[in-house]
Amino acid sequence: MADVELEEVYAFLVQYPPFNELPDLALKNLVAHVEIAYYRSGVELLQLGEPIADLYMVRSGSIEVYKRNGELFNRLEQGELFGHTGLLMNRKVRFPATALEDSLVYCIPDAIFFSYCDDYDVFADFFDPDSGAQLRQAVSNLADNNDLSTVKVNTLLHRQVVSVAKHTSIREAAMLMSHERVSSLLVTDPEKPLPNDPEDDDGQVIGIVTDGDLRRRVLATDLNPATAVAEIMTQDLLVADDNTYVFEAMLIMLRQNVHHLPIVHRKRPVGVLSLSDLLRHESQSSVLFVRGIFNQQSIEELANYAQQLPDIFVRLVKEDSNSHMIGSAMSVIGKSFKQRILELAEDTLGPPPVKYCLLALGSMARDEQLIVTDQDNALVLDDSYDSAQHDAYFAALATFLCDGLNACGYRYCSGDIMATNPMWRKTVSQWQSCFEDWIEHPSPKALLHSSIFFDLEGVYGHIKWADTLNRFIATKAKSSQRFLACLARNALNRTPPLGFFKDFVMEKDGEHKNSINLKRRGTAPLTDVIRVHALAVGSRTQNSFERLEDIAAANILPAGKATDLSDALEYISMVRIKHQAMDIEANRAADNNVEPEHLSSFDKRNLKEAFQLVSNAQNFLKFRYSNNRAMQ
Amino acid sequence: MTHSNNINWHDRVQALQHQASDARLKHFYSQVITSGTTPISHINMVAMDFETTGLDSNDNDIVSMGLVPFNLNRIFCRQARHWLLKPTTPLDEQSVVLHQITHAEVADAPRFDKVITELLTVLAGSVVVVHYHQLERAFLRNKIQQVLGDTLLFPLIDTMELEFRALDARRGLLGKLFGAPIGSTRLTDSRKRYGLPVYNQHHALTDALATAELLQAQLAHHYRRDTPLQDLWM
Repeated sequence: MADVELEEVYAFLVQYPPFNELPDLALKNLVAHVEIAYYRSGVELLQLGEPIADLYMVRSGSIEVYKRNGELFNRLEQGELFGHTGLLMNRKVRFPATALEDSLVYCIPDAIFFSYCDDYDVFADFFDPDSGAQLRQAVSNLADNNDLSTVKVNTLLHRQVVSVAKHTSIREAAMLMSHERVSSLLVTDPEKPLPNDPEDDDGQVIGIVTDGDLRRRVLATDLNPATAVAEIMTQDLLVADDNTYVFEAMLIMLRQNVHHLPIVHRKRPVGVLSLSDLLRHESQSSVLFVRGIFNQQSIEELANYAQQLPDIFVRLVKEDSNSHMIGSAMSVIGKSFKQRILELAEDTLGPPPVKYCLLALGSMARDEQLIVTDQDNALVLDDSYDSAQHDAYFAALATFLCDGLNACGYRYCSGDIMATNPMWRKTVSQWQSCFEDWIEHPSPKALLHSSIFFDLEGVYGHIKWADTLNRFIATKAKSSQRFLACLARNALNRTPPLGFFKDFVMEKDGEHKNSINLKRRGTAPLTDVIRVHALAVGSRTQNSFERLEDIAAANILPAGKATDLSDALEYISMVRIKHQAMDIEANRAADNNVEPEHLSSFDKRNLKEAFQLVSNAQNFLKFRYSNNRAMQ
Repeated sequence: MTHSNNINWHDRVQALQHQASDARLKHFYSQVITSGTTPISHINMVAMDFETTGLDSNDNDIVSMGLVPFNLNRIFCRQARHWLLKPTTPLDEQSVVLHQITHAEVADAPRFDKVITELLTVLAGSVVVVHYHQLERAFLRNKIQQVLGDTLLFPLIDTMELEFRALDARRGLLGKLFGAPIGSTRLTDSRKRYGLPVYNQHHALTDALATAELLQAQLAHHYRRDTPLQDLWM
């Protein structure tokens, strides 16, 4: 009965995803089909393998969901859903459920569930077990809030526009796309000349062809590749003028759900803006700050200047930059401090007796540095280095550097991974044999060091040596199955929690904790997993997001998993970053600990999904790099 | 409160059916479940709630009725019904504050007699469940008397009565002897004991839903699936 409104049911559902995303009439219709059931605490309401005919939602109380082996899978509270996995898999219960407390549960009949999945993307995406769509939505919402109101799209166009005339064959177009390494192509009509430039024979843009079009409209339909590209292009194209503000372009893309937006200048195509271009768009404030670093004339001045760093960090976060932008900006700043301090050191100590290179290690090398960080660094020396003759200089240089960094807020490394430690001043050849030794003899200590030193970047001096070392590691590690297996096992040492229950962190054994270290339990385990895959595919990039691109290109993960991991890393990082910013604003010392009571239910939900992805990724690592399994 | 379990509903309903002059009422009586031994798990129920212009059924009238069908396992929103009614007696300020139904809203609403057919159809074959049976039973009986000139009386389950019994049993013999306070049996207070959510009260449909949920909880906590109807009705 459409005219009967169960206000209490409606008012509850409308607070929670995916129902809050449904059109109002659709939600009201759904409300009219809800059934309600009450379960006493201890009652098993879903039994493994039994038929299931409803999607369930906790209205009050709490429900525990178990895995097939009896292990606790999840503990659900008000507003959380269960039963969808069973509905989607032959309508048999996959995860048995028991009422932990006396619980009132809403049941949404399967007919409604399936028809809403068909009719509403937001609904289908929410339950898609593989898409991680919800997390992706959350990540894109972060980007959505970006304050890009003053920047125009023409500043973001990096690539030359690639276009073809409408008569071009599909085959030629596809070859051009491969050759130019673009995922989309603009189609122009030479018969429609540009009004202000009639001599130009390219003509106006009339359509776009994307990778997806080639898949859907050519391969899937067995279309002759000699057909004109105009036959498969998307017409009624949305285009934006190059004077459009970035935020407007972003709104167009999000509202129309397009990933590519052609940009025209007086109707002439000048580029295609992709969603990733928008995300890569970096905030400007950190650039000025970096310039200022090189104007400081002493360690005291630098230390004084560095006190602005927390404000810079907060500003970056407030601009709703993504974690990659923030991590890059903070890393660039950190590297600039190192560079400036070494310039000052050379002013004081004189020029170096042999060439050297300062390495940044760990998060700074990965461009993932945040505000709470200690210094991890090492020196690479020229092979002509003679310790008797030269060590005094480099020991003094290292001391100058590490003291200077400490004064600027980059604390001494508690693990003594600093250039002041004689162990970490080696010649190029010595570093290579050291790395070779770690790879060939993966002792616990060697593995620990690998996970720090194998994320390395040259910061100052003869930085080509860092590339040499990177190439060496990439080649060596890739072919060492035993090393990868050991590193993979090592990457399982830190695990994510199961999720949240009320204001607690819930561990896999059901134990509750008051806070969670998001670095130790979230980003670090994920970074470890990504490093193993990156080394396995011979990737020479350092940043986890870029490593994931290499990993995806190498096809060693199940489809879509690299994107999932990227979303998970982004989400956990952003929660961590936002909490550090909150700490700074409240004049508290920023740390990596987050108390669930300070998390919104939205964050909790997404974090839980992210933790689940991390956990799955660890399981996959176990399987893929086990010692007794041949590579690839 | 009296336990009226011993009423012979079978004979009583048969007599009422015989006396009834209205065909719809006769049909309704033919559908009433009168076998007290029927297990509760076999019964269809309808939770019913009225908002009225006042508490005395002789001077006041019904302004809205909410019905929510359910059984031991599930409550069915899709069969829920709600009517606003135009009362014969004026809405007084006090009751307007309570149920928030205004003069303007009921001005175009139907009179009770226009919804009798539908009301009896929804109720037929189900056991009616209310919280505080005196009110709904008296108002319904009065209205039917006024409109049809017949008597409407049928067995009801009263969640307030069931709550009282549960609290009374919990109080134990000593508590009874020393007259320990028994606790509130109001709808909201009763629901809290079972972990049921807090609702905005005094909307007939919401209160009917709240009553249905309360009975499900009471049955889950204090009764068996095969508890005979005669242990519950009155």
